[in-house]
Amino acid sequence: MPKKKMPIAKLQKYYKDMLLIRRFEEKAGQLYGMGLIGGFCHLYIGQEAVVVGLEAAAIKGDKRITSYRDHGHMLACGMEAKGVMAELAGRGDGYSKGKGGSMHMFSKEKNFFGGHGIVGAQVPIGAGLAFSDKYKGTKSVTFTYFGDGAANQGQVYETYNMAMLWKLPVIFIIENNQYAMGTSVDRSTKSHSLWERGLAYGIKGEEVDGMDVLKVKDAGDRATAHCRKGNGPYILEIKTYRYRGHSMSDPARYRTREEVQKVRSERDPIENLRDILLTEKHLSEQEIKKIDVEIKDIVNDAAEFAKASPEPSVNELFTDIYLEV
Amino acid sequence: MPTEILMPALSPTMEEGTIAKWLVKKGDSVLPGDILAEIETDKATIEFESIEEGIVGEILVPEGSQGIKINEIIAILLAPDESKVPERTKKKIEHKHVIESKPLIAKGKPEASVEIKELTQPETKTITVREALRDAMAEEMRANPNIFLMGEEVAEYQGAYKISQGLLEEFSAKRVIDTPITEHGFAGIGVGAAFGGLNPIIEFMTFNFAMQAIDQIVNSAAKTLYMSGGQMGCSIVFRGPNGAASRVGAQHSQDYSAWYSSVPGLKVVSPFSSDDAKGLLKSAIRDPNPVIFLENEILYGESFEVPIDNNFIVPIGKARIRRSGNDVTIVSFGIGLKFALEAAELLSESGIDSEVIDLRTLRPMDTDTIIQSVMKTNRCVTVEEGFPVCSIGNYISSVIMQEAFDYLDAPVINCTGKDVPMPYAANLEKLALLTTAEVITAVEEVMYR
Ligand SMILES: Cc1ncc(C[n+]2csc(CCOP(=O)(O)OP(=O)(O)O)c2C)c(N)n1
Ligand SMILES: [Mg+2]
Repeated sequence: MPKKKMPIAKLQKYYKDMLLIRRFEEKAGQLYGMGLIGGFCHLYIGQEAVVVGLEAAAIKGDKRITSYRDHGHMLACGMEAKGVMAELAGRGDGYSKGKGGSMHMFSKEKNFFGGHGIVGAQVPIGAGLAFSDKYKGTKSVTFTYFGDGAANQGQVYETYNMAMLWKLPVIFIIENNQYAMGTSVDRSTKSHSLWERGLAYGIKGEEVDGMDVLKVKDAGDRATAHCRKGNGPYILEIKTYRYRGHSMSDPARYRTREEVQKVRSERDPIENLRDILLTEKHLSEQEIKKIDVEIKDIVNDAAEFAKASPEPSVNELFTDIYLEV
Repeated sequence: MPTEILMPALSPTMEEGTIAKWLVKKGDSVLPGDILAEIETDKATIEFESIEEGIVGEILVPEGSQGIKINEIIAILLAPDESKVPERTKKKIEHKHVIESKPLIAKGKPEASVEIKELTQPETKTITVREALRDAMAEEMRANPNIFLMGEEVAEYQGAYKISQGLLEEFSAKRVIDTPITEHGFAGIGVGAAFGGLNPIIEFMTFNFAMQAIDQIVNSAAKTLYMSGGQMGCSIVFRGPNGAASRVGAQHSQDYSAWYSSVPGLKVVSPFSSDDAKGLLKSAIRDPNPVIFLENEILYGESFEVPIDNNFIVPIGKARIRRSGNDVTIVSFGIGLKFALEAAELLSESGIDSEVIDLRTLRPMDTDTIIQSVMKTNRCVTVEEGFPVCSIGNYISSVIMQEAFDYLDAPVINCTGKDVPMPYAANLEKLALLTTAEVITAVEEVMYR
């Protein structure tokens, strides 16, 4: 734990936010099993501390963009569970009117720029968002998330180069959950530190324990301060772990049950924060239970909302292809 | 024997150039490798060296002269032992200059009979397609501070094809941005900047290199509005030269019109003349959607009339009838018009009255204008430079079959480039490219002549 004392209200918020993502994803898994969600559905279970810690370092005006493993990012930046779940179910009340799906959701209002299905494509786009802020002279930064697998895409390095050249206020966040589908990091690269690749472009960075929300928040504070001062980009390689398969249809034969179990029992970000909240007497057992119920209600409401929401009108097939001139 | 120094060809598409500066004067001795002059081509200013030893006997084309054709005599180099230019050489030079100083008539320039809807404004001036594109960007950039231009060599070098000449000076490095050679990356940065509310113009040095960026164009720029349920528009222009240049081989000579035109979410524009280039580029920059703006290197240097009025724009999605006629409809776009118009002219001599439609925009395509024309002429030939399989002409043929089948008196013929990677050898390249003769043959075929 970092030494700084954290206000209790903040700890409670992180706990709730992480728990919401966990319960939401479990529910999404359930609905997928029932055939209410189709196609690809990538769950964020295990990685909750990453996005919650970084959102804690964000201020109004900051932007965020990520890959298809995006449900957690949307909830953490304040998008409504109902709208996200409805989109997963392909319903008219979803954030993209049902036309985007699990991998492609956006909220202009919350500065959430997707939701991208092409591995690595969000990285230059994130730098472009940062470019727009620099161009307009704002102090905002763009949180650009991508995976350890995406870190091997050429466009990431094209982007590092230009982001540093033009001192763009972008934080590159490598969510290193150790696997890209079935390929472990060991089997995809000989360079074991992914953030250090940025040094070749002059970009500073660090490795972060992604199973500890407070450490992630601290790193986020350092990164945002660096960017807001006009120093250009910063890289955070956040070591995390996904408990579930790559997507719902992944039998996960590339790792053992024990490996997953070990992380779950020893490093789970939610369990650990709960222990702290209890042992330091910030919350009673009673209060923890109350939070559980509160979160469960939000998630159940979201699921009911999604089920009740109608499919998009067939008139929507040919809309939103072009904006009117 | 004196040596004639000829205007050199210094780029694959150069037809003429400017003597920017003479570095020698009459009477100077030169050695092989000495720089004689700086010559401005359609792309850059290049130093021109002597390959012989001698004395400069005469400079025939003064500094600053523009439009000097390749192989025109620009100076005389005397052998080291000669003292003046012999009479015979002088005579020859005079004769040549009389022939070549005839005013240049831009090839493909619309004839008097052409119907030009947009050119109702009284005042026009003659400018090249290159200048038209630059003026369009400059005018729009003056009006909207959120427009910026980004690409390889667009700023300090003034554009690989000199399209952005002068823009850095006027708009500063904040808005005219040189990128590293990293198409995939800067196309994505452009898309992100557009999502962030700016209006980027992304220049590809040529569209051949946009292949490395096509994922960002198709998957990110074109589809996000739909995938976001209408929230996230992407106002961006991707522009640059498209299609075959000259003698640059297979990897640098491809027409991508059909590729981009197949993608919902993109608009695709391919102008022929300066007025359309200017008016359409202005429309493209103002458009809230991603626009693919396909230019052509060979057309950059051609001149056409353009309205002087800065408010002149050409709407995206409207074809232009460049020549009206009753016997056959020839549909083309971009450089294809050169062949289509030339063929129409020659065919009129043998009594065939062609209507030539310039699509100008490929997506959304103005098929109404095509159908109306075909209903009148009952025959159609399409003309494009691209490959024959899954071409623009194929699509037009299918639309005509569905909407005007009963009006057709002959099958539609698609004139295209040949189904081969572009060869380098001059003779093979010529065979691979579209020709006016092929268009004429196709028209005669649909006329059953
Ligand atoms: C360009 C591209 N190639 C391949 C895929 C298929 N694919 C989807 S996710 C994935 C693995 C990515 O792993 P990583 O970047 O580590 O992210 P994670 O799934 O672990 O969050 C692959 C190969 C794709 N979507 N896009
Ligand atoms: Mg991964």
